Amino acid sequence: MSETTHSLTSNAMPVNKGQAALSLLAVAALLTVIQYLGLLPEWLHRLPEAVIPNFAGWLDAIFNFVKDDMGLLVFTRTLTEGLEWLLDASANIFFGKRRWPNIGPMSWTALTAAVAVVGYYLGGWRLALLAGGTLVWTALIGQWKIAMQTVSVLAISVPLAFVIGLSLGIAAWKYAWVDRAIRPILSVLQTLPFFTYLLPAVIFFKVGPTAGAVATTIYAIPPMILMTTLGLQKVSEEVVEAGKMSGCSKFQMLRHVYLPSARTEILVGVNQVIMLCLAMVVLTAFIGMPGLGAKLLAMMGSFKLGRSFEIGVTIVLLAVTLDRMSKAWVVKQPEHFERGTPFWKRHRMLLLGVALFVFFSLLSRVVPIAAEIGRGQDLSQGRELDDLIKAFLNIEWVKATTGFLRAFLNVQVLIPFRNFMLSIPTPAFILLIAAFALALAGRKQAIYAVIFFGFVALSGWWDRAIITLYSVIAAVALAALIGLPTAILAARSEKWSVRMLLVCDTAQTFPSFVYLIPAIMLFGITDIAVIFSILVFATVPLIRYTIEGLRTVPPEMTEAADMSGATRMQKLWNVQIPLALPTMAIGFNQAIMFAFFMVIIAAFIGTQDLGQELQRTLAGTDLGKNFVLGICVALMALTFDLTIMKWAADKKRALGLP
Amino acid sequence: MSADTPVISCKNVWKIFGKDPKGYLESMSPGTSYDEIRADGYIAGVKDVSIDVHKGEMLVIMGLSGSGKSTLVRCFSRLHDITGGTISVEGQDIMSLPEKELIELRRSKMGMVFQSFGLLPHRTVLQNVAFPLEMRGQDRHTRRERAMEVVKLVGLEGREDYFPRELSGGQQQRVGIARSLAIEPDIWFLDEPFSALDPLIRKEMQDEFLRLQQMLNKSIVFITHDFDEALRLADRIAIMKDGAVEQCDTPDRIVLNPATEYVRKFTEDVDKARVVHAGVLAQAGAKGEGEPVDAKATVQGMARMLVNDSREMIPVQKNNTLIGAMSRKAALDILLGTEG
Repeated sequence: MSETTHSLTSNAMPVNKGQAALSLLAVAALLTVIQYLGLLPEWLHRLPEAVIPNFAGWLDAIFNFVKDDMGLLVFTRTLTEGLEWLLDASANIFFGKRRWPNIGPMSWTALTAAVAVVGYYLGGWRLALLAGGTLVWTALIGQWKIAMQTVSVLAISVPLAFVIGLSLGIAAWKYAWVDRAIRPILSVLQTLPFFTYLLPAVIFFKVGPTAGAVATTIYAIPPMILMTTLGLQKVSEEVVEAGKMSGCSKFQMLRHVYLPSARTEILVGVNQVIMLCLAMVVLTAFIGMPGLGAKLLAMMGSFKLGRSFEIGVTIVLLAVTLDRMSKAWVVKQPEHFERGTPFWKRHRMLLLGVALFVFFSLLSRVVPIAAEIGRGQDLSQGRELDDLIKAFLNIEWVKATTGFLRAFLNVQVLIPFRNFMLSIPTPAFILLIAAFALALAGRKQAIYAVIFFGFVALSGWWDRAIITLYSVIAAVALAALIGLPTAILAARSEKWSVRMLLVCDTAQTFPSFVYLIPAIMLFGITDIAVIFSILVFATVPLIRYTIEGLRTVPPEMTEAADMSGATRMQKLWNVQIPLALPTMAIGFNQAIMFAFFMVIIAAFIGTQDLGQELQRTLAGTDLGKNFVLGICVALMALTFDLTIMKWAADKKRALGLP
Repeated sequence: MSADTPVISCKNVWKIFGKDPKGYLESMSPGTSYDEIRADGYIAGVKDVSIDVHKGEMLVIMGLSGSGKSTLVRCFSRLHDITGGTISVEGQDIMSLPEKELIELRRSKMGMVFQSFGLLPHRTVLQNVAFPLEMRGQDRHTRRERAMEVVKLVGLEGREDYFPRELSGGQQQRVGIARSLAIEPDIWFLDEPFSALDPLIRKEMQDEFLRLQQMLNKSIVFITHDFDEALRLADRIAIMKDGAVEQCDTPDRIVLNPATEYVRKFTEDVDKARVVHAGVLAQAGAKGEGEPVDAKATVQGMARMLVNDSREMIPVQKNNTLIGAMSRKAALDILLGTEG
């Protein structure tokens, strides 16, 4: 019933929608022209300072009230102690911090052997090699201790995020009101730039590992909630009925029917939790979390490219290992043994892992190098690599290319584009965005766009917000120029599609921070480096979804096109791309989200956007300002997210795609 | 409860889907058609159904998809709460049962088999079969023993430790059947149990099912959209359309006297000779001559005799007592089709 009314309205809409969008566009253009002619009054170009409300101040007042008067600070500081205790224990086990239980650190050989066995159990020799190899590399390159600092936080954050996410997911699935309450918060949380997580964490949970762990945990919770709810909703009706007919009570249903049936989605959630935790824990270097991130930050700060590169490799290897292992766990099915299989045979892998662990632990008491690779014993080639990279960059043609790119892109393209965007009067810009939302999605999205960008204007950070937006748009446009042709080419053959998808999948697991390394290497600390790092980061989802979209075009449609005598090009333009467009749009959306995320991180290189302001707030206690800035970024990202996702969903329905 | 009380008795049962089904049903004028209800934004899943299931009988509910047959059977077990009317199981109004007693009823009296099997993917065959026993808190040893027994009964011996994904469709449904039988239910619901299977396997499973039924003699509600299957298995068939029961009777009476146009269309292509028994054709008062035929014999089974014989009226006997006689011409009409 509701569906019929819906399709009726959306059928009647397009004419109005298009005309309305066009007229909005016309008004925006008119305003801009008047501005260029110098006739626009100043207050219409930019909101005057006087009318900008002091959001930051208000937020500060609220925070202070909650923090001090309501005693939240006391509460969180108490929590801190518990968390600190956990972190200390895990720190002791992983890298021998002198705290209870005082048994650590595990020797690197023992841990490596145990992890390799787990890898073998989950995914055979290749995974064993990857897992073992990663740890051996980490140890040999002399980064064992900092890597373990990072891992020790993961060991606490991941289970915490899992438990909290799972419980909230179950609650949201069970009670509609929880779902309604959580959903908008989740979509904002997922678009909030990570800097926004960091400051509150610092204020409420002290600087250092505790705050880092809290920020990491919170950052990783949303996907766990979503995956849990999704998995529980997807349990087939018949399985549920079978459970009921078996006489399950409510708790038995959850414990024996729902949760095990949702195993796959829940484990996918675990995979995402692990990957997000890793991405975030590296970034918490900004608030003084020791570990790989901090080291990378320090090395990049002092332009030691060789060492940065080595740390980058470690992070990437760690990410790929964790990703592959948790994904292997998702598809790992229980295997059955014939009756009467002895205990040792059933638990062969467990016994092997424990045996190796004990063996190497004992060995390392006798042979010190098996316990720890000391200073000067490692094989780091940092300085040599550094020289090599710098020599490479000094080669004439490389220098000429990067120099040309820098000069050409900056002077001819980027700066004019930025100045143009800055020259558009605020109301015109908001109308522009509204027209975009209206044309693609609908009235509701257009209204959201006006409200969201209206807030950004009121926040007083308009110019910086526009610069942020400029970086995002410029990078995504360039990413599309590179990514789309690549993807279309790759999608022509099955072999290349698979290869390309593998590359994208792998690249997506890299913590965003490492994307800065090549950018800085090639372009130094410049605007181009920022755009470049965003571009690389955003190209990945674009390629991925484009290939996915092209590949999932139903074969009977392409066959029909072939039989109609379409050439390759005709088939591509008339059949494949139109059908792949909704999926490609999702890729675009993700590229934009990623770009918003990266542009904030790139602030580290030194930009003039919101990210830099955000980073500045970390130094102090400007909680209010930090939030206002974070929300500005989130709202801009949300506008695009709402619009594009709505468009993709509409289009999919219209095309009758699943 | 006396012996002839129906096992399940439902009276004027309504199940309406929509925003406020209860309110809508109360305000609805009697005789509103399915399409009118639909136009008001509601779906009548079950529309004023009154039907009884007797002890030991197999009632087959037949209808096309969307006719409400699955909904009806889910009302019997209260997987769906009904909107109006009453359903009593062994004399007890199930809508008035509190949750605890409902669970108890399902744990002790009801078993159900599902179209797509509804097996728990993380449990082995044996664990799936033992699941209802586990839920009612039986200890590990007894439930294992009982589960082994049923697994053997459905012919899956040696596969106890397999996971569902390692089995073929037919084998998976055997697990589903075993699970539904584990608690020794009195009432057995089967919701299109063989529809997801290949035709050959389906035939095999139907035979298997008939064998089980002969052994266990349960009260069965069997759902199917396959009329041949219904004819093959049923004591009685209820034909449903748009949530309402069009006709409920024995297979031969349905074939001979379709109550509505819709039922007639269904029975049109059926080979009546294979369905109709001598018992139905027998006229109670009439007398025949010579050797009697058995009431259970189908017209097709008697074909050679009917063609070669010359008697006008042939006596029919049931359990060795004469119940009347059938006219040879009427039987031949069924075999060859009416002249002209």
